[in-house]
Amino acid sequence: MSEQEYMIQLKAVNKWYGDFHVLKDINLNVKKGERIVICGPSGSGKSTTIRCINRLEPFQEGNIIVSGLELTEDVKRIIEVRKHVGMVFQHFNLFPHLSILENLILSPTWVKGTSRKEATKIAMHFLERVKIADQADKYPNQLSGGQQQRVAIARCLCMNPEIMLFDEPTSALDPEMIGEVLDVMSELANDGITMVCVTHEMGFAKKVADRVIFMDAGQIVEENNPHDFFDNPQSDRLKLFLEQILDH
Amino acid sequence: MAIYGKLEARKAPSNTKGPIHWARENLFKTVLSSILTLFALYIVYIIIPPLLDWMIFDATWSGTKEEIVNEGARWIFIFEKFNLFIYGFYPPELYWRPNLALAIFVLYVIGFRKINHTKVRAFIILSFPVITYFLIAGGLGLEEVGTDKWGGLVLTIIVASVGIIASFPIGIVFALGRQSHMPIIRTISVIYIEFIRGVPLITLLFMSSVILPLFFPEGMEFDKLLRALIGITMFQAAYIAEVVRGGLQAIPTGQYEAADSLGLTYWKKMGLVILPQALKISIPNLVGSFISLFKDTTLILIIGLFDILAMVTLTNSDTNWLGFETEGYVFVTMIYWVICFGMSKYAASIAQKFNTER
Repeated sequence: MSEQEYMIQLKAVNKWYGDFHVLKDINLNVKKGERIVICGPSGSGKSTTIRCINRLEPFQEGNIIVSGLELTEDVKRIIEVRKHVGMVFQHFNLFPHLSILENLILSPTWVKGTSRKEATKIAMHFLERVKIADQADKYPNQLSGGQQQRVAIARCLCMNPEIMLFDEPTSALDPEMIGEVLDVMSELANDGITMVCVTHEMGFAKKVADRVIFMDAGQIVEENNPHDFFDNPQSDRLKLFLEQILDH
Repeated sequence: MAIYGKLEARKAPSNTKGPIHWARENLFKTVLSSILTLFALYIVYIIIPPLLDWMIFDATWSGTKEEIVNEGARWIFIFEKFNLFIYGFYPPELYWRPNLALAIFVLYVIGFRKINHTKVRAFIILSFPVITYFLIAGGLGLEEVGTDKWGGLVLTIIVASVGIIASFPIGIVFALGRQSHMPIIRTISVIYIEFIRGVPLITLLFMSSVILPLFFPEGMEFDKLLRALIGITMFQAAYIAEVVRGGLQAIPTGQYEAADSLGLTYWKKMGLVILPQALKISIPNLVGSFISLFKDTTLILIIGLFDILAMVTLTNSDTNWLGFETEGYVFVTMIYWVICFGMSKYAASIAQKFNTER
């Protein structure tokens, strides 16, 4: 496969926090439209990995190429990359001082220069898609966790990203709200957007992922298609991990 | 196995509300609280009636100085000198200009709460100083009035408002500078803030009125009021910076990351996402700082400017009106209290309006 067809490329990425080696030689290629799920124990570096993709975290060695743009120290280049990449956080991170609608139109109008009218139209379209158009004038703290996370997804979509990063999107939710968020994510996956998702929802991984990646202690230990990943794990560490999370 | 039916909500028992219950619960719950309540009532009893007698019932409200027979406050002194207290030496035939400025100010203050449009708000904040300046100083066809004629309450309000309005953006810049990742900018901000906060305002006023002119070429005249305003603004900016920094530190990193991930630049991130939240949190402390500044403005009398307090001192040296200090100072106290209390209440209502976080 030629280089251009990769949406995201991580080449031998290494990162340290002080003396602590958090990412060790991470190599990862993601094709356009591919859906990747990353799992692993906490502290394994999975969140750090996807946070490097939109440069929320700096890294010391290696190269990351996103949508044909290599990440450098250059602020303009970083912002250019971020325009192509949407990110959904564990704690939603909606802007509490702005209404739902204002949250959605903020970056289209200020980053892309879209007119307010046009941005509102786009925002309402995506709010309908995540099924909360009737909440447009409320403020984030008036919504439930599941609704807030759906707004956060819609906020990313308003920027028309090529890539969506999910950083444990359901970990902070009450159990009864996880389903509604996963439904929205599955729908997105069917639309062919490139997705990299850090999650512990193994059902979602089985159903949606093209490839599942297991990380431990800062490195990629195993990657496989979901079928073989869950039914035929190779490494001992993955076997142990799967035993621990699936037996409960 | 057991199944339970739905329970209807009932009214609270009647002995848990009403004034008698309130008094029993709050004033006489224990022996100690009963004693304290009675003691407090006694204190009120020995203070309030004589005070009311002096201020209202035994006070002299009209007539001339020679006709005073009552023992209470002689408010005729205040009426006699009222214009001096309020306008200083401003030409009486031009009193309508500060009055108009005050009227516009009141309109703006009321309007600011009702308006939801950011651009209109910005226009209000930016246009007010310009309009006020031309109204009070003259120019543009209005007769000019030199700053040596400004005084009284008008001067107090001018100094305080200029200090507040000018120091606010400067303070924000220093607050951001103190959080900057660039070592030089951070160091400059820290040095500025810590230096100013380590020096009394009066020292800064002396410095700006005595030392500042040394830096200017010989013969260059530098308005005394302007020098005081520079000193006060520098002083206040350092305090604003620290208050705003407190607000900035209260914003979770997730907000910075969300703004970053959406592709906002540093200034847009700060201006649209971080500062609006940080300033909102800071409103109570900002107002506290503004109220302190309002009271601190009296220090300008040290460098020969006549604010309202200085006017009282000055009128007391009028040989026709000797011995009326008490009335003068009580009057000034009431003016200060009304304005500071108003600021406090107004800020609370603004904070309430912007509160979307519940």
